[in-house]
Amino acid sequence: MNFDFSDDQKQLRDQARKFLAEKCSPKAVRVVLDGKVPYDKELWKGLAEMGFLGVAIPEEFGGAGAGHLELCVIAEEMGRANAPVPFSSTVYLAAEALLIAGSDAQKKRWLPAIASGKAIGTLALFEGKGNPAPKNVKLTAASGVLNGVKKPVADGAIADFAVVAARTGSSGRDGDISLFLVDLGGGGVEVKGLTNLDPTRGQAEITFKDCKAEPLGAAGEGWSILSQVLDRAAVLCAFEQVGGSDRALEMGRDYALDRIAFGRQIGSFQAVKHMLADMYVSATLARSNSYYGAWALSTNAAELPEAAAAARISATQAFQHCAKNNIQVHGGMGFTWEFDCHMYYRRANAMALGLGSISYWEDQLIDRMRKKNAA
Amino acid sequence: MNFDDTPQEAAFRETARRWVAANAPKEFEQELSKSSLGRIRLAKHDMVEVGKAWQKKKAEGGWACLHWPKEYGGRGATPIERVIWQQEEGVYGKLTQPFQIGEGMCGPTVMAWGSEDAKRRYLPKLAAGEEIWCQLFSEPSAGSDVAGLRTRAEKNGDNWVVNGQKIWTSGAHYSDFGLLIARTDPNVPKHKGLTMFFLDMKSPGVEVRPIKQANGMQEFNEVYFTDVVIPDSQRLGAVGEGWSVSLTTLMNERMSIGSRLATGMPELFELCSNLMLEDGLAIDDPAVRSKLASWAVKSSGLKYTSYRAISSLSKGERPGPENSIGKLVSGMMLQDIATYAMDLQGAAGVLTGVDEETAQGQFQQMLLSSPSMRIAGGTDEILRNIIAERVLGLPGDIRVDKDVPYNKIPTKGR
Repeated sequence: MNFDFSDDQKQLRDQARKFLAEKCSPKAVRVVLDGKVPYDKELWKGLAEMGFLGVAIPEEFGGAGAGHLELCVIAEEMGRANAPVPFSSTVYLAAEALLIAGSDAQKKRWLPAIASGKAIGTLALFEGKGNPAPKNVKLTAASGVLNGVKKPVADGAIADFAVVAARTGSSGRDGDISLFLVDLGGGGVEVKGLTNLDPTRGQAEITFKDCKAEPLGAAGEGWSILSQVLDRAAVLCAFEQVGGSDRALEMGRDYALDRIAFGRQIGSFQAVKHMLADMYVSATLARSNSYYGAWALSTNAAELPEAAAAARISATQAFQHCAKNNIQVHGGMGFTWEFDCHMYYRRANAMALGLGSISYWEDQLIDRMRKKNAA
Repeated sequence: MNFDDTPQEAAFRETARRWVAANAPKEFEQELSKSSLGRIRLAKHDMVEVGKAWQKKKAEGGWACLHWPKEYGGRGATPIERVIWQQEEGVYGKLTQPFQIGEGMCGPTVMAWGSEDAKRRYLPKLAAGEEIWCQLFSEPSAGSDVAGLRTRAEKNGDNWVVNGQKIWTSGAHYSDFGLLIARTDPNVPKHKGLTMFFLDMKSPGVEVRPIKQANGMQEFNEVYFTDVVIPDSQRLGAVGEGWSVSLTTLMNERMSIGSRLATGMPELFELCSNLMLEDGLAIDDPAVRSKLASWAVKSSGLKYTSYRAISSLSKGERPGPENSIGKLVSGMMLQDIATYAMDLQGAAGVLTGVDEETAQGQFQQMLLSSPSMRIAGGTDEILRNIIAERVLGLPGDIRVDKDVPYNKIPTKGR
């Protein structure tokens, strides 16, 4: 059994960690947090130069042609660094949708642009409250034009193109949904930035008004493609969450060692030690579930839907738990803007909703476990 | 990343599988498969006798304590081969329960601290299940703080005379030998006045009494010592060095990689898949699904954590500290799941009979037994301390009795 990343993959992780430690310090993240810029352009450029944006994109489309395991280790480091760039929207959602369903021409147009950092992509799925479900898709597509409103769209205000879920039928089945590619620089698109929990990652409302769009994948296949995209993104986001969990745990541990109260290190009090031990337990369970997700993703295994849901739930819980208790270990200082704790707290709770809420994924997991048990 | 054996591992697995297929006592397969929780009982046979027969056969085939050196009854196998063997032994591994304390704790301690003569005399018989060992550490006043133990051993010529009481001794009533830690000097701080021995459990003055536990069962014992004589040749390590010796034993207690801990999750999933609530199947209820999913990811997280440890062994590396979370997570889960499964049964959840239509009382038994899972082999609190101190590097607890002579430490809270 070799249920671990290879030495080369670990080396890539170290390389990503080193690069991000240098280029994505908390100080750099704060430039975006404070609203001075919408995302860190320099970092984005650097990620492209390092080959990280296109790590899982085949060489013929301008990528490094490595695989999803390589993308997982980079994702972990992006989460650890709380990187303020549209990585998940562009790489896990838009690029994966293109890889699954794009025509040769569509791949040629967008994938090299993603890999080189020239194009930011996103997925426009949600329309207000609610989780991923065909019935929640109201935006219509007819005669090659889209009409409707998507929100929230992650990184929508800075994206160059979007994969849009649209209603093309009214039978009440999954086949009513089709996907479209929209160049957001064209006409018929109105974008409005929205305030959100985590200002280091933008959210937007996009209104499509007789907006020209080209189909992505076959008509009526939209939901099936989306389900695959969401499963892949669930695993990749889980690695970001694992990285974030580890960092929040480390911050709490370090503070517990430095801070003196009642004449001793606060990390010598069992109440604090046990809180940190429980954070370690959550982070470890999440990491192990995510490894299984990575295996399923990289081998395109039949177990992917179940593995992805388990990784998603476990990593979401762990990041929320670690980020929350990191503040608690810090006490009052953890509640200041000046300390970095709240950046992870914001990211953890925003990520918990990005691909659908945890209760949605819990529901998915049970469905998928039942399916497996019945088979 | 893959779950495959290396060619050598695959060959070893094939050898093990063939041997198990040819030699295992298949007449017990079904009975052993059914009992996933708690202690194993066989309806018509004595568990210890059946276990001994299986262990003897294994020893003859070279499969007993296979990670031990050959001269001490083992096979000289690698850690990963041991894991593969455990996987292939499957349900028959449950038959080895009476020998687990000896194999996992007493044996390694004798191996590390015993004389060559002692190792050659005792280890092969322990491995073959001919002689069963128990561990005599915990006392009524010394559990988590086992170094605070009171049982006295006093030197008398070439012998030691032991007086005192041990508790929670699994298998004392059928054990041939015991690993005993006792206080040999009460005038020095508690960790410094301890010495380790082993003794013949049939020695005069040893009295074993079963304990009736909170769940109504009797699986553990109290052991009383009245002027029990132990020859000095049965001392392990120097006089006063007992604490260091005991750490060998306790480290081995927590190193059981690859052994699956019961969480109650498969049982709960099955219950929810079949149980009709007022509005339909339990598993269709959103509240039930949410709970189930949260436990399911804990359960899968534990499984894949142990796979990570096995992968380290496979590469010949030392597993990381991840495995330390196993008992902490599974113990709490078992208790929480039992409580929830009973809640789903409504008022009838109170009934414990094995002929009850819903789940035949298994969750009720789980509930009553589960407190012990959070205590035995390191309480949840001790395990959290271990994670905090050894994994996260946080400071040890402040010990107010550290430099105080043992006989000056207060013995009563009020």
